[in-house]
Amino acid sequence: MIKAILIFNNHGKPRLSKFYQPYSEDTQQQIIRETFHLVSKRDENVCNFLEGGLLIGGSDNKLIYRHYATLYFVFCVDSSESELGILDLIQVFVETLDKCFENVCELDLIFHVDKVHNILAEMVMGGMVLETNMNEIVTQIDAQNKLEKSEQITYTGLFCIGQDFSRAGLAGAPARAVSAVKNMNLPEIPRNINIGDISIKVPNLPSFK
Amino acid sequence: MALRMVKGSIDRMFDKNLQDLVRGIRNHKEDEAKYISQCIDEIKQELKQDSIAVKANAVCKLTYLQMLGYDISWAAFNIIEVMSASKFTFKRIGYLAASQCFHEGTDVIMLTTNQIRKDLSSPSQHDTGVALTGLSCFVTPDLARDLANDIMTLMSHTKPYIRKKAVLIMYKVFLKHPESLRPAFPRLKEKLEDPDPGVQSAAVNVICELARRNPKNYLSLAPLFFKLMTSSTNNWVLIKIIKLFGALTPLEPRLGKKLIEPLTNLIHSTSAMSLLYECVNTVIAVLISLSSGMPNHSASIQLCVQKLRILIEDSDQNLKYLGLLAMSKILKTHPKSVQSHKDLILQCLDDKDESIRLRALDLLYGMVSKKSLMEIVKKLMAHVDKAEGTTYRDELLTKIIDICSQSNYQHITNFEWYISILVELTRLEGTRHGHLIAAQMLDVAIRVKAIRKFAVAQMSVLLDSAPLVASSTQRNGICEVLYAAAWICGEFSEHLQEPQRTLEAMLRPKVTTLPGHIQAVYVQNVLKLYASILQQEEQAGQPEAAQQATQLLLERLPQFVQSADLEVQERASCILQLVKHVQKLQAKAVPVAEELSALFAGELNPVAPKAQKKVPVPEGLDLDAWINEPPSDSDSEDERPKAMFHEEEQRHAKPRQAEVDEEELARRREARRQEQASNPFYIKSSPSPHKRYQDAPGVEHIPVVQIDLSVPLKVPGLPLSEQYVKLEEERRHRQKLEKDKRKKRKKEKRGRRRHGSLPTESDEDIAPAQQVDIVTEEMPENALPSDEDDKDPNDPYRALDIDLDKPLADSEKLPVLKHRNAQAPKPPEKEDVPVVEKKSKKPKKKEKTHKERSRKREEGRKGDDLDFWLSTTPPPAAAPSPAAATVRVQLGVSAVTAPKDDSEVTRREQVADEDDEALEPKVRRKSTQKKKKHKKEKEERGKDKKSKKRRPEREEATEPVQNGAPQEEPLPPMSSYCPLAENAYVKMTYDVQGSLQEDSQVTVSVILENHSRSLLKNMELSVLDSLNTKMARPEGSSVHDGVPVPFQLPPGVSNEAQFVFSVQSIVMAQKLKGTLSFIAKDEDGATQEKLDFKLHFSCSSYLLTTPCCSDAFAKLLESGDLSVSSIKVDGISMSFQNLLARICFHHHFSVVERVDSCASMYSRSIQGHHVCLLVKKGESSVSVDGKCSDATMLGNLLEEVKGTLAQC
Repeated sequence: MIKAILIFNNHGKPRLSKFYQPYSEDTQQQIIRETFHLVSKRDENVCNFLEGGLLIGGSDNKLIYRHYATLYFVFCVDSSESELGILDLIQVFVETLDKCFENVCELDLIFHVDKVHNILAEMVMGGMVLETNMNEIVTQIDAQNKLEKSEQITYTGLFCIGQDFSRAGLAGAPARAVSAVKNMNLPEIPRNINIGDISIKVPNLPSFK
Repeated sequence: MALRMVKGSIDRMFDKNLQDLVRGIRNHKEDEAKYISQCIDEIKQELKQDSIAVKANAVCKLTYLQMLGYDISWAAFNIIEVMSASKFTFKRIGYLAASQCFHEGTDVIMLTTNQIRKDLSSPSQHDTGVALTGLSCFVTPDLARDLANDIMTLMSHTKPYIRKKAVLIMYKVFLKHPESLRPAFPRLKEKLEDPDPGVQSAAVNVICELARRNPKNYLSLAPLFFKLMTSSTNNWVLIKIIKLFGALTPLEPRLGKKLIEPLTNLIHSTSAMSLLYECVNTVIAVLISLSSGMPNHSASIQLCVQKLRILIEDSDQNLKYLGLLAMSKILKTHPKSVQSHKDLILQCLDDKDESIRLRALDLLYGMVSKKSLMEIVKKLMAHVDKAEGTTYRDELLTKIIDICSQSNYQHITNFEWYISILVELTRLEGTRHGHLIAAQMLDVAIRVKAIRKFAVAQMSVLLDSAPLVASSTQRNGICEVLYAAAWICGEFSEHLQEPQRTLEAMLRPKVTTLPGHIQAVYVQNVLKLYASILQQEEQAGQPEAAQQATQLLLERLPQFVQSADLEVQERASCILQLVKHVQKLQAKAVPVAEELSALFAGELNPVAPKAQKKVPVPEGLDLDAWINEPPSDSDSEDERPKAMFHEEEQRHAKPRQAEVDEEELARRREARRQEQASNPFYIKSSPSPHKRYQDAPGVEHIPVVQIDLSVPLKVPGLPLSEQYVKLEEERRHRQKLEKDKRKKRKKEKRGRRRHGSLPTESDEDIAPAQQVDIVTEEMPENALPSDEDDKDPNDPYRALDIDLDKPLADSEKLPVLKHRNAQAPKPPEKEDVPVVEKKSKKPKKKEKTHKERSRKREEGRKGDDLDFWLSTTPPPAAAPSPAAATVRVQLGVSAVTAPKDDSEVTRREQVADEDDEALEPKVRRKSTQKKKKHKKEKEERGKDKKSKKRRPEREEATEPVQNGAPQEEPLPPMSSYCPLAENAYVKMTYDVQGSLQEDSQVTVSVILENHSRSLLKNMELSVLDSLNTKMARPEGSSVHDGVPVPFQLPPGVSNEAQFVFSVQSIVMAQKLKGTLSFIAKDEDGATQEKLDFKLHFSCSSYLLTTPCCSDAFAKLLESGDLSVSSIKVDGISMSFQNLLARICFHHHFSVVERVDSCASMYSRSIQGHHVCLLVKKGESSVSVDGKCSDATMLGNLLEEVKGTLAQC
């Protein structure tokens, strides 16, 4: 079981939090802080597993994380999950984001957290892995977007929700921020779980602020 | 309407959307909180508007704020509104918000039930999908109960997208509503073979998650998983299955044997590291579960270790970490194989990654030997010095102690070295583990007699530097060591070099800054020390020195008397008074040392920590009851120093008031008792009060070790453990030489006490420097060998520990909403034949596919026979093993009671199956398809069919559902329902089932069948309670009230009602008289009717079918506290396997093992009686030997079994 999925940036600001066990808002923030504290002080070239996030249930649990440019993707899982499998799942998740947002960057996650949630929902459901095939996930997301668009057209032409509007929103973001984004390149990796044979090189980007 | 719509849109235009909100927050870095509260106000306004679009936008923003830590539960109702929007866009927003903030405590959640049900059955797969996703996050027990059936229907949805979501969510449903597991399980199992890989993967996922918590219930699925493992190419699925096997193998070693080969193949062939790693892990689990009976298992171990070494040597830190993790599992059973990689692991200790260092530390635990211990610990000590960060250092500390103390200090050859290591560890600042070090010191000092002198010397040094220890660490952790130091110095004070100096150290004013419990130990041991000083000085004839000590005590003790800690205060004032006495006596030159030291005489024995808990409570003893009237203080005679002390007081304390003495005494006694209670080493009931330590037996045996070392004992805190390493080497060398010499001269030299005479330098040969008289911890006689106290009773997964092979009872069906029931199939008898024919084209096709499926399933079922599958030599086809038979029966029944409102397809199949004509050709076709199959089978099925007809009253026969699975049942179907009573209106049949949860409850399920033309209503069941058996009635009703039956019966309809009875004693069968009263209403009017009946609670009905492995069974039989009885029945013609199946079914037994015509069976009563049967079949007779924890119960049970057998 996956107990929680957290995304935060290099400064510990939450970009997405999904808890598969109920916690109060305060506890959630505490968990995010604690996890950030644990993860952020680790070097780049150490292993991606961490034992003992004290807040999310006992010794059975592990934190499995990956660090991409300005973002940390952290999965808190128990012993029924394969460590390497989850690492791969994170990779699939990020690649899917990359595909859906076309060169994903932190700003996409900041402004479209709802979309990120929707994508995640097609991968992990209630703490269990639902789909690991990226194409399958993207197909579903596309179909949903299409449905959403068709609903907008029938509703009103006056305004729109979703992609178009949000892109306009992005245009309004500070120019220097825009220049810093859009370069979170992800390497293509083979689909099957094959982690051990791959070394993922993430370019070290200037941290976004 | 249109106007409003436009207005809404215009409003909407000026609203902030999520992006505006995010941007706003980013632009208000300084006053973020204020800005957000403004936004929340706006959101509240938006939520008040009619437009659903505005609301959805508001909810979307709220979801973002929730992530930032704002409580949005106040908007729960609005979220539900948005969830119920008809547009997918909004619905999704609503469900997302709900999944983020709803939980079991959300009160409006019950309002969602119907909305979710609607969405689940929506024609749009996206609506359904979004509802399932949302529900998976906030499902509550109520939702789970109400929606279980809808979700189960979705498991057979045409779209794989929905199927896989429905399958996954079932796990959450099971967790919240465990009762739904059994009815849903057959379908879940079916999904393991779904054509869509995603659905398959989801099913594997769910079953793995279930099996992880309660593996034994899923053992029967092993063959199916095995098949999946060898056929699947999806690595995710493979990993899950392999992990599952890892959990199953400990329960069934034969499974392990079967697994080794395919797993080894996978290890060799796969390129995916994750899969390789999980395979290795499972192979390890298999090897652990197998005893050494495997011929080539060293090869497997070697393979694993070798692969793991590759992982550890990899530059990828992740693989390194996992390699070490898996290695530690091998270590537990095969330490030797791991030890050869010591170099690698020691290397990992230097890794920069803390996770890896910690893993390597874990491994070290098992790698030490007598030879390598010192070296390894030395290395660890170096790490302790280097380590920054207290967590890692603390971890190191605990590991050092673990490593050294493991299995009774097995690897320590030199305890002086160990003590100095411990003393060195006390120099760690800010550690949390002071108490651990203290415990070790105490343990070693008490259990290794030879080391006491050295330990005392070291401890006195520690005490001397006490201010240093205490002040430098600000009272945290490490000062616990002083607790041990003080106690050791006091208890073994005769070994002290300079007792006066130590006494002074213990009485320093700084001591009062220590925590209370340590001060208390100080005070107590000051007295011990004082007693021993007096003894020495008196023997030496130096009364002045003794008086000096007295003086010191009288000066310093008052500081403890003023202590805020009660314990310290009490002990100090006791001791102060005592010392004052002694002073008076000393003034009169009366020798007091002897009497004073008698206070502390007695040998100490270490007692196991669990010893007290393990003492069995004798039968009939109520520990809470008063044996006599509550005793007054003065009666207690259990204090051993009392007599001595009392006399002394009597003699010398004349001026005092007697009452004061009593009080004082009681107080001292109490203090002493407290001391003893808090001191685990002080339990000894019959000491010889005059014995002193010096002349304790065993002391002579202590070898006089010539410690020819120059350890600077008096330099505070400077015992050098490293010196011991050198010394030890020298010693070993010398020892070796000596041995060689001895060997040459063949002469015994007894310079040192050593054993062992083999000249090789093997590990076991290194004789310890001290004769280590490691006293094993005492345990009470007949201690209970239970380890059950480690189980957590609050485990939420316990509720899911459900036997899935048991037939599904009627009561277990998922609740179905009434209005949906209208769609449910009509009883087959009434189904129009033309309907079948009309659709005959289509169904036929389906029938075919169905048949193919059923054939497949049949093969699967063959595999279900776990024993069959596991056994290497297949049993003769004519006589499948009894376990197989029972599994089949059970399967049959559970298939029969599949849920009613199934999809259209299944229903049609069922109709077809039920229909005789449709069935007949099928049989033929099947037999042509499989010519090799025995014709007998068909005949049997025919018979089966006939028997079904003959007994139409059977419960199963009235069930409209039959899906083909049980068609080839070789056994006649059985029903546990027996007739209860019958009259012109109604027929009652009933069944009694023990309750899994309650140990004194049984549930009686009564099926009421109306075979009159009247409507039966106001039915009420009243039963005359007996002393032993009582009916559970609604609160507030009296014993004579009946319990209403919660339904009415229209003509021709039957329904089931359940009643709970509480039973006290279950060793005897019970009979209860009762009456069913009801009103029968037809056109002519209504009449009040009654029907009397007798409920028979047989002993068998108190039994629960409990699987039992043969090992546990054998152990149970060996334990010998079961009573024995046996019966014999003649004239039995039925086949043995049918016979067994009958016993299993009617008496709730399970077959443990079967050999030829002899089988052992097991069951357990609701109150935990074990019942074991050995059934043997002779020519035409059957003998049953029984063993049971209760003789009466056994007798009654056997009578019942006899009754069953007599019908055979």
